[in-house]
Amino acid sequence: MKPKSDNKMALQAEGLTKIYGSGNTEVVAVRNAAMQVHRGEIVALLGPSGAGKSTLLTLLGLIQTPNVGTIRIADKTVFDHHALTVNVRSFRRRYLGFVFQKANLIPFLTAAENVQLAMEINHTPPRQARQRTLELLEYLDVADRADYLPAKLSGGQQQRVAVARALANSPTLLLADEPTAALDSVRGRQVMELFRRVAHEHDSGVIVVTHDHRSLDVFDRILEMEDGVLKEHPTGTKK
Amino acid sequence: MNLAIKDIRHNFGRFVLTSLGIGMLLMLVMGMGGIYRGLVQDATLIVDRIDADLWVVQKNTRGPFAEISRIPRTLEDRIAAVPGVQSSYAFISHTVQRSFNNKPLRLTIQGLSWPADRGHWFPIIAGRGLEQAHYEMVADKSSGLQPGDRIPLAKEIFTVVGLTEGMTSAAGDSMAFMTLLDAQAVQFDLPPEAIRIERTARVNRLSDHELGRTQPQMQDHAAGPGAQIPALGTSMVSAVLVQVLPGFSADAVAKQIEAWPDVSVYTQNGQKELLLRGSVDRARRQLGLFRVLLIIVSGIIMALILYTLTLDKLHDIAMLKLIGAANTVIFRLIMEQAMLLGVIGFGLAHILGQWAFPHFPRRVLLLQEDLIVLAGIVVVISVLSSLLGIHRALRTEPNEVLS
Ligand SMILES: Nc1ncnc2c1ncn2[C@@H]1O[C@H](COP(=O)(O)OP(=O)(O)OP(=O)(O)O)[C@@H](O)[C@H]1O
Ligand SMILES: [Mg+2]
Repeated sequence: MKPKSDNKMALQAEGLTKIYGSGNTEVVAVRNAAMQVHRGEIVALLGPSGAGKSTLLTLLGLIQTPNVGTIRIADKTVFDHHALTVNVRSFRRRYLGFVFQKANLIPFLTAAENVQLAMEINHTPPRQARQRTLELLEYLDVADRADYLPAKLSGGQQQRVAVARALANSPTLLLADEPTAALDSVRGRQVMELFRRVAHEHDSGVIVVTHDHRSLDVFDRILEMEDGVLKEHPTGTKK
Repeated sequence: MNLAIKDIRHNFGRFVLTSLGIGMLLMLVMGMGGIYRGLVQDATLIVDRIDADLWVVQKNTRGPFAEISRIPRTLEDRIAAVPGVQSSYAFISHTVQRSFNNKPLRLTIQGLSWPADRGHWFPIIAGRGLEQAHYEMVADKSSGLQPGDRIPLAKEIFTVVGLTEGMTSAAGDSMAFMTLLDAQAVQFDLPPEAIRIERTARVNRLSDHELGRTQPQMQDHAAGPGAQIPALGTSMVSAVLVQVLPGFSADAVAKQIEAWPDVSVYTQNGQKELLLRGSVDRARRQLGLFRVLLIIVSGIIMALILYTLTLDKLHDIAMLKLIGAANTVIFRLIMEQAMLLGVIGFGLAHILGQWAFPHFPRRVLLLQEDLIVLAGIVVVISVLSSLLGIHRALRTEPNEVLS
């Protein structure tokens, strides 16, 4: 399946390098990585533990800055060689969505409020935000739990609310780090399929770090990382 | 969406307990201020109520409240003759401590110049005022006495005929009002044995004297009551209160009396100033110091509470940053909680105080202006105490979500 919008790029990264520590303790977590993700495309990121997958995701999500490299998101240059070129917070809330292994919902807000908050942070009027939140929860099949606190939701439900929050502002690029690791295989599969739908229906670029080889068929492309080096998976172009 | 309130609702019990704690601390701060105000009011109460233009006391003393002043009662008549004086009353004030119903009873006795001064200047809340020249008294409610109580003083039985409210001396003792002669009798009361010894001593002193030996009939006088001996002085009072005629200046009249070598004169304000300087002033500074310390302690406790509340939320704050929340969102979350804590604490302090302060042994006076100033201080310490938490929150990196 071809991405819906060929020309529009969700992400372009080149020459990304991230080094932790210095001297004897120096670790090159990401080495000269380059990648492109189209809007509407879902990409898997595989690799052994410690390969640098999470680190790469934090670089792309502007959570950490690379030592060197360039990052373009939604056709805007956000990192150029050594420096950020945008206001990180406002850029994140407008163009980026995050999902992690744990849902990390705000415990004192209900499921709906967690999603709505992400919209209000992005200056969506409350009434409109509420409306869109309910639509999103509906879409993710957790509308019946809208007014529950996170503690009263199952792991899978929490994770779907977290996905709804990540989608709150229709991000151009959605980054997910082992989002199904805490779920059973059936639930995990459902979440992966959800990401695929999100990519295709919301026209977002989606990158998912995963160890779950059984779900690889949902991805358009597979990237692999080892010792900080990123490369295309040999079977990744099968689709 | 107000995050501060949502978080409080989630941790409601803890927030209520914290507010209660802050409220009690602020109640103490409020109480300290009220005690000071009460002290000032107590100290100047009698002077305010009596409302005399001038107070004439023993030369070079700061009497009759700050120290003992003794002047002869005849001064009443001397002063009445001064031009510009409308009236002059003798006044006596002293404190006794007796035991009544097996409890200590402290009374500051004010002697009124009966019958000219019938005590219209103090409010009677139960019973009646003085209507008889002897053996009646009006006591303040705070003494615990009831109308009809009979109190033995100076070999007589005094009946409490009425009660006042809020009439306490600068030392916080309840006032009791009786006629001047009764008050003098109480003040100069001596046990029979002391009187007998004094009379014998007088006779002995006389017999050592030329006069006693040549005029033996004088010895009969010496052995009798002191009041019948013409050479002994008249009875002493504490002060003479002066009302100045309309049209005359109190200062001018004061100057005239002041010129006498045996008395000092104070205007009403001068007398009040005397009362406020000295012991009240030291108490004020002491209480002020305590208030400052309590405010600092409240501030530190609030800061620690807000800091731990923030620490509990660091993960959520990191998440907020990760999804792109501006610093103002996080700033408001903490600052609003600090404000709520301060405002609710202040409200609780006021409510608790209104319930508790009337049961305090001394007057606690909450003045509107003091409350407004304290409210301002509470806002300031709320802001200051949230800074530590805000500082910590703003230092939180979004990637702390990942750990
Ligand atoms: N904050 C840090 N400081 C120093 N070294 C770090 C830090 N974070 C990660 N590393 C190192 O960088 C390398 C890559 O780590 P990363 O977390 O990106 O691996 P990963 O591929 O996500 O592994 P996993 O599959 O276990 O999550 C590892 O060697 C790790 O020890
Ligand atoms: Mg990882």
